[in-house]
Amino acid sequence: MTTNTIYGLFDDEEVLLASVKEIRSNKIDIKEVYSPFPVHGLDKALGLKETRMAITAFIYGCLGLFLGGLMIYYIMILNWPQNIGGKPNWTFYHNVPAFVPVLFECTVLFAAHLMSITYLIRNGLYPGAKSDSPDERTTDDKFLMEIEVEGDMTSVKNLLKKTGATEINEKEV
Amino acid sequence: MQKEAEIRDPLILGKKSYHDITKDVSRPVEGKANKYWWILFSLSFVLFIWGVLSMAYTIGTGIGAWGLNKTVNWAWDITNFVWWIGIGHAGTLISAVLLLFRQKWRMSINRSAEAMTIFGVAQAALFPLIHMGRPWLAYYVFPIPNQFGSLWVNFNSPLLWDVFAISTYFSVSVVFWYIGLIPDFAMIRDRMSAKISPMKKKLYSFLSFGWSGKAKHWQRFEEVSLVLAGLATPLVFSVHSIVSMDFATSVIPGWHTTIFPPYFVLGALFSGFAMVETLLIIMRKVVSLESYITIKHIEYMNIIILLTGSLVGTAYITELFMSWYSGVEFEQYAFLNRATGPYWWAYAIMMTCNVLTPQLYWIKSIRTSFVATFILSIFVNIGMWFERFVIIVTSLHRDFLPSSWTMFSPSFIDIGIYLGTIGFFFVLFLLYARTFPVIAQAELKTILKSSGSEYKNKK
Repeated sequence: MTTNTIYGLFDDEEVLLASVKEIRSNKIDIKEVYSPFPVHGLDKALGLKETRMAITAFIYGCLGLFLGGLMIYYIMILNWPQNIGGKPNWTFYHNVPAFVPVLFECTVLFAAHLMSITYLIRNGLYPGAKSDSPDERTTDDKFLMEIEVEGDMTSVKNLLKKTGATEINEKEV
Repeated sequence: MQKEAEIRDPLILGKKSYHDITKDVSRPVEGKANKYWWILFSLSFVLFIWGVLSMAYTIGTGIGAWGLNKTVNWAWDITNFVWWIGIGHAGTLISAVLLLFRQKWRMSINRSAEAMTIFGVAQAALFPLIHMGRPWLAYYVFPIPNQFGSLWVNFNSPLLWDVFAISTYFSVSVVFWYIGLIPDFAMIRDRMSAKISPMKKKLYSFLSFGWSGKAKHWQRFEEVSLVLAGLATPLVFSVHSIVSMDFATSVIPGWHTTIFPPYFVLGALFSGFAMVETLLIIMRKVVSLESYITIKHIEYMNIIILLTGSLVGTAYITELFMSWYSGVEFEQYAFLNRATGPYWWAYAIMMTCNVLTPQLYWIKSIRTSFVATFILSIFVNIGMWFERFVIIVTSLHRDFLPSSWTMFSPSFIDIGIYLGTIGFFFVLFLLYARTFPVIAQAELKTILKSSGSEYKNKK
């Protein structure tokens, strides 16, 4: 049996959202949806898991705080303690109020940059990567639903048409 | 689908579809520059060259090329530094704080406001660099081991906090900006024809990182934007607080005050919004974005200027009160001298432009007029520059020893460097306006149906 990919194009995000729900309730697997902007509620309708980007930011922030603290501890207390303005740097905990700004900046620096790098890696985005969108209009005003079907395609096509697709294309895998 | 109250004014005017937004945003990138663009660009470029020559002269001969003296050892350079950093703050406020508050009107202006932040902070960073006198030793400000020739940096010093704050602020702003730009670069890439402009197509393919708009990617995009906004919000407040601590932790009367951090942050937002208005009122005409940057956007910003301007005025009066209430005669003299001494005119300009003229925004016809807003925004820019000048120069020019009392007058080089950074800023901004999607079109499309005038009238 041959496997085909069907592309259903939509003009409107509300029609798309209704169609996604209808198609998934018919036990048809949607491979991917491409859209020009984030469609509210689409991730839930597609049954996507919640993203864990915020958790990574928290972990990276903790890492930044720890490494920043370690750096300051080594530089100010361990390696070259000085008595600046009558305030000796013999202990970390006595001097920590003065270190708060840098500790905060280190936290934000690590959280923001490492989360963004994680985001790019997880999405497979890098300078010069090729877009794998099947239709160039999906960054403009079209919403595209990609469905892989084994064997007979007519029922899926009819369902797409019924739920409001304005254009249906197919490709043999 | 997002809902919005019916009584709110539309944020997108005219009969627009998603495709119209695409076309309008890519038009400046695809088309040729008009006459006004070339005139503005040439003017800015001349100023920029003057600035480069002045900086080169300063680095070649030393800081003596400036009008500084032993008493007034900080003047224009630090004034300009604080001014530019402050201007940057509005960009982050619009893109981060207003995102957390779910303010939809930020969407058509956040891209340009952030560009302003990045270019403004870049100008600001130039000043400490050339003030070092020997900029090739600039790496001394980073924590590098003692074997490099200097001692470790001092983590108790606000000047070092500044290094960390500004470099973090700059790099996080760039990342935040770029994450939002990726989908818009992809939009331009997909519109470019490989036959007509193959180089441009390649360039935008490179810049768009292969973005295709998958559902999972958008889900991550939204969360990453939200978390970056959450990180940028305390960051932006920390940056100007730390800049103010450069002054507040010293023992100079007029600087040594605990009100400085909130007062500087408010002043930064105040001047930043004024600069956003100056830029956007020009830009909406030059690249025809009248449907997206509307009088409603300008009015919202004017309300913020009115609020922050009044708070800045309160801070000025609080400072005066505290100097009297403190009972310290040196403190009292510093403030009396500020208002009535030889620099009374600078103080008067500051008070007029920052406290009095923004009060005109109570009048609805003024805050909903492009011409009035443009003029008043220039007033605020001038007033905020003078605020920093007043704080720095008037506090220093009356030294502890009356025999050291003196005045400051800028040299030709001082003026050249300041105007040069204004030129450099506009060169960058004008280049940006022709090569970047100046409106966050992907985000804007999400509010078309809830805030577009055509859709609102239909209901």
